[in-house]
Amino acid sequence: MTVSNVVAEPVLQVRNLVKHFPIRSTGLLRRNVGEIHAVCDVSFDVYASETLGIVGESGCGKSTTGRAILNLQPATSGQVLFGGKDVTQLTGHDLRVVRRDMQLVFQDPYASLNPRMTVNDIVAEPLVIHKLGDTKKSRRDTVQDLMKTVGLNPEHGNRYPHEFSGGQRQRIGIARALALEPKVLVLDEPVSALDVSIQAGVVNLLEALQDRLGLSYVFIAHDLSVVRHIADRVAVMYLGRIVELAPRDALFERPAHPYTRALLSAIPIPDPRKERERRRIVLQGDVPSPASPPSGCRFRTRCQVFRDQLDDGQREACIEKIPALEDRGQGHPVACHYPDVEKVV
Amino acid sequence: MTAAFELAPQAAQPLLEVTGLSVSFPTDDGLVEAVRGVTYSVSPGEVLGIVGESGSGKSVTSLAIMGLLPPTAQVTGSVKLHGQELVGASYQTMAGLRGRQISMVFQDPISSLNPVYSIGWQLAEAVRAHHDVSKKEALSRSVDLLQLVGIPNAKERAANYPHEFSGGMRQRVVIAMAIANDPDVLIADEPTTALDVTVQAQILETLDIARDATNAAMILITHDLGVVAGVADRVLVMYAGKPVETGIVDDIYYRSQMPYTIGLLNSIPRLDSKGGDELRPIPGSPPSLLNLAPGCPFSPRCDFRIPVCDQEEPALLDVEGIDHQAACHVSAQFAPSATTSEAVQA
Repeated sequence: MTVSNVVAEPVLQVRNLVKHFPIRSTGLLRRNVGEIHAVCDVSFDVYASETLGIVGESGCGKSTTGRAILNLQPATSGQVLFGGKDVTQLTGHDLRVVRRDMQLVFQDPYASLNPRMTVNDIVAEPLVIHKLGDTKKSRRDTVQDLMKTVGLNPEHGNRYPHEFSGGQRQRIGIARALALEPKVLVLDEPVSALDVSIQAGVVNLLEALQDRLGLSYVFIAHDLSVVRHIADRVAVMYLGRIVELAPRDALFERPAHPYTRALLSAIPIPDPRKERERRRIVLQGDVPSPASPPSGCRFRTRCQVFRDQLDDGQREACIEKIPALEDRGQGHPVACHYPDVEKVV
Repeated sequence: MTAAFELAPQAAQPLLEVTGLSVSFPTDDGLVEAVRGVTYSVSPGEVLGIVGESGSGKSVTSLAIMGLLPPTAQVTGSVKLHGQELVGASYQTMAGLRGRQISMVFQDPISSLNPVYSIGWQLAEAVRAHHDVSKKEALSRSVDLLQLVGIPNAKERAANYPHEFSGGMRQRVVIAMAIANDPDVLIADEPTTALDVTVQAQILETLDIARDATNAAMILITHDLGVVAGVADRVLVMYAGKPVETGIVDDIYYRSQMPYTIGLLNSIPRLDSKGGDELRPIPGSPPSLLNLAPGCPFSPRCDFRIPVCDQEEPALLDVEGIDHQAACHVSAQFAPSATTSEAVQA
């Protein structure tokens, strides 16, 4: 799981992905009165056997990005290229064929499993939908193998979801996603609903599965500690845009965007001595509304560099020009006019 | 449980003393023992972190202290605030204490606030509940409080309603309300769990300001070992309704003597560790608190289990360190050097 495969052809290419949600007026006409800019001009590649982490706070567009990749939310514009096809343009049968190779694991293992289906039926459902496995018997065998793969007892297949703990349910969700032998898994906060002692088991399972099956993961999370553990490359999102995209160690050791630095410094480390020595960058205020994002750089309203280090002339660039996501001498792309590398962890 | 009095040597008379507190709920299936003998004390200005997973009884303990449990709950043991017994106290007595001497911040700020009254009105109500002041004075006090917790344009914002505030702002308002009457003990139950990390940093800073302003003792309940490391002076680790380890924060993190604490610290991914090394999850899951089997409740998940663990529940006993106690039959074998959180750094 090293980043040695950069030269290879990417499995999944996302190009200039945009997703706007309409804001409708209340009342009979439900006119369009504005747009939520949920995802703006997001581009990235995912390579074979690689984990791309997408991190950011609530409302930054990370989940919408994940859903747009699978065309569960039709993109407003942009392309998602997978196996030579643009997923955003596909419908019906063609879309279903592509989705066989791209599966989603949801955050809430309580809401994403049908309480009235047995675990066997839940895990077999994708096989039925895609008409795989000739007989009920062969499907049952596949399900048993999948249960073993994710560390569940196959004898428990006749039980219902409520008979399992949170960690076990998340394993059922993963087994279901693996049923079609996909190439790419989009994992939307797969461990954030779980207790810490249970989390580790699911994270280890995901890593083992990747090694064994050569899966690519798009790992969406707000917990950067988990992402540091599992991801090969990390994209940091803020208000719909990727602000920094870097290999894991570069991002955590040499964060260049002021938002990445603030985010990293805000995460507590379970180590009292280190915590006492750390300097915290506390951001002022709240995330602006995505219905009317700030002009230029979207982070400038809360940016500590903009506030403390820039003069009015320098600030003009932040207010007027949208910073492109490009390498500015940091070794990885960053969307900031005045990037600066600083160690915060 | 006699060891309770040795917990806080720095103060002769601890502010809040909890001794052998137990809470059980009768259900159709039997008695659920949610809390089984919790003992601790806190002194003025001190921060006690209570750590545990869902169902470990950490929230029920604090609800029992506040007298906020439903009438069906069976509470035994003793909770003494300034020497006054709170278990079994009348509603009137508790109403006079809540907010005035002991107050609480809950996890979810939106359900802690009334949606149909303005923020200023609700804060003023909290002030007037314990002080005989005019509405106007109470309102001006609430504006001061909003300023203290870092709400910009406090005067104008006081006229706003909860839905006009963001999640972090609402939690600040709830903190302002909790310190409105200068309480002696502030219980914060997962105050940042529903919030984003950058907002969490703001709220932890606000709690620090609130504590400085009131010199209250703070009990911080959380499942996040990172938050506790930065904020707490002392830590109480709970498992299956019981404290399994307690001590000063450094002893808990660097010289842990209880396999559950060690397991927790090993299972969390750390921001400062290079990825690649495998996480070590604790096998199995926490026991049901209904008809708990005899013996140590952690023994089915424990790597260090010896036969006695399944027969007898270990008591919370002194181990190496300052006021460091652990409930484990084999804790003697965890020499300080064997503790893993330092090994992780190396």
